[in-house]
Amino acid sequence: MMESKQNGTLLQVRDLHTWFELRKFGFLRIGFVRAVDGVNFDLEEGEAFAIVGESGCGKSTLARTVLGLYKPTQGEVLFQGRSLQELGKAYHSQVGYVQQDPYGALPPFMSVKRILEEPLIINKALPSKEARLARIEEVLEEVRLIPVKDIIGKFPHMLSGGQQQRVVIARATILKPKLIVADEPVSMLDASVRVEILKLLRELQEAHRLGVIYITHDLSTIRYFSERIFVMYAAKFVEKAKVHELIHNPLHPYTQALLEALPDPEPENAETFRNVPPGEPPSLVRPPQGCRFHPRCTQVIQGLCDQQVPPEFEPEPEHFVSCWLYRDGQGN
Amino acid sequence: MSNDILLKVEDLRLYFRTTKGVLRAVDGVSFELARDRAMVIVGESGCGKTSLARAILRLLPRNVHTYSGQVHLDGTEVMALNEEQFRRQVRWVKMSFVPQAAMNALNPVVRVGDQVAEPLLIHNHVKSKKEAMGRVEEALRLVGVPLDFMTRYAFELSGGMRQRVIIAMALVTSPVLVILDEPTSALDVLTQANIMNSLKRIRKELALTYILITHDIATSSELANESMVMYAGQVAERSHAGGFYKTPFHPYSKMLMASVPTLREDKELAFIPGKPPSLINPPEGCRFAPRCPERFSKCDQDPPAVTMEDGRVVKCWLYTGKAR
Repeated sequence: MMESKQNGTLLQVRDLHTWFELRKFGFLRIGFVRAVDGVNFDLEEGEAFAIVGESGCGKSTLARTVLGLYKPTQGEVLFQGRSLQELGKAYHSQVGYVQQDPYGALPPFMSVKRILEEPLIINKALPSKEARLARIEEVLEEVRLIPVKDIIGKFPHMLSGGQQQRVVIARATILKPKLIVADEPVSMLDASVRVEILKLLRELQEAHRLGVIYITHDLSTIRYFSERIFVMYAAKFVEKAKVHELIHNPLHPYTQALLEALPDPEPENAETFRNVPPGEPPSLVRPPQGCRFHPRCTQVIQGLCDQQVPPEFEPEPEHFVSCWLYRDGQGN
Repeated sequence: MSNDILLKVEDLRLYFRTTKGVLRAVDGVSFELARDRAMVIVGESGCGKTSLARAILRLLPRNVHTYSGQVHLDGTEVMALNEEQFRRQVRWVKMSFVPQAAMNALNPVVRVGDQVAEPLLIHNHVKSKKEAMGRVEEALRLVGVPLDFMTRYAFELSGGMRQRVIIAMALVTSPVLVILDEPTSALDVLTQANIMNSLKRIRKELALTYILITHDIATSSELANESMVMYAGQVAERSHAGGFYKTPFHPYSKMLMASVPTLREDKELAFIPGKPPSLINPPEGCRFAPRCPERFSKCDQDPPAVTMEDGRVVKCWLYTGKAR
């Protein structure tokens, strides 16, 4: 992925906040759910990175904000240097969205052909019917839904989960976008199919030099997919690093706990207990003061972690961590 | 393996009537499980794992076509009992069940404590409500739910806490066997690890026997002493945990293990091409043969269950010459 640097930045996210209003009786404002609270990152062209976090940490909201489905409360998303407002509708043909639940994402009364034709019509990408059909067949072959003739007239319920997800991927890529946001693309699928879908996404990414944001809660699938991992906890990034670096040298106590919690299939596991912190992620309406992980953290520094929000430190090159333990620039 | 067999299942069959024909969800499953052990049942979705659990517990839907075989639990042949006897003597008395996605099935208008007490009161284990509440407190303490949650409602609890409450409901009647159907699949990794820790601790404290049903092989290793791989309603391989996770025998188990992404070791992931056969009119012969890379002429016939030297059972023609 060295060459990707030369092509420049595809996506810049600056100090992004997405808050949702909480209302009582429909009009009394009683607070905000701070689903995304100050997120920064850059995505190079042709790069794949992963965002990992537990449910409710705001990763899907972040995805939808990046896709332009939610308006950010504060901060901005720049696509090839231009803001989303400036791009307007043109942005939609530049990004593809792969949803979590393929069955829920496909309209049940539309055939595969209509599902795939619709984005082409709406975006006026191809004027002639024949050209559209040719493109649909091309995409179906790319996602390996073959023989195309058998698949094209089918309805979503006639397809297996893996095939449905392939249709979703075909729909996301049919307009030849530059960026794909995949929100838990394999979590609803069977273990044996997951690998297939991940390999397919990886192939498409490499073949078309797509930027991919892969959102997941499953750390073990990431290595097969992306170069960098961002770990998200309670609406903020706590650690950003290269995949290998993060798995073998996690710095943030939350990342360490996440890795500890993930078993590899070893028979010895049955005899040992996992050393994981108790408790649950905080409410995003009233997040704890200071570091948001401090109530569960075993290495909490009293008077610092519970008072001040940790800034981003870089104890090792290209390995960023938001934790006071690394305030001297070095880890312990 | 110890001789103290708690559960012995022989040739269990559960077929359903559907509009398209007879669906063989559980098709001749046999296994035994020793007391104080944990067995995991793994397999792809639709392979009959949950139907097997329901067949053992006799929690059956209305469209049952065939329900036959033998289930010996703790020395009793429970299939011979009638419905009422089974309800009074076995279900939730000797074995209990943590169903899939059960945390969403808690009654929203009943307080958590009362809900956990329900099986006790229904099965007449206790004389008074007060005694029941004592047992409820005990059960909630075991699974790690704070006692002040007893007066709360299900919607006030997080997913992990609700799942713990469901596990408490399965433990409150002090059964000997607990069947857990995907107990942590809807939960976050940290919560999942915490609940797995609790399950391990409870099993040690109460000397319980578990059957864990899951499709998540990495997580299944957290509890497994023994493992059983199911494919298309049948047992493909039955083995002690070490054997299955380290050196699987059946081609399907091998491919299943190769498709598990691991965090710490580098390996090329494989996937299993094709999809499982329909359980209505399954193929003749070995059901895995159409997807199997090692198939040969014999696979047109139904393979026998071969018992290997170390007590493992493999339903595959490749091993017929290597039986003990």
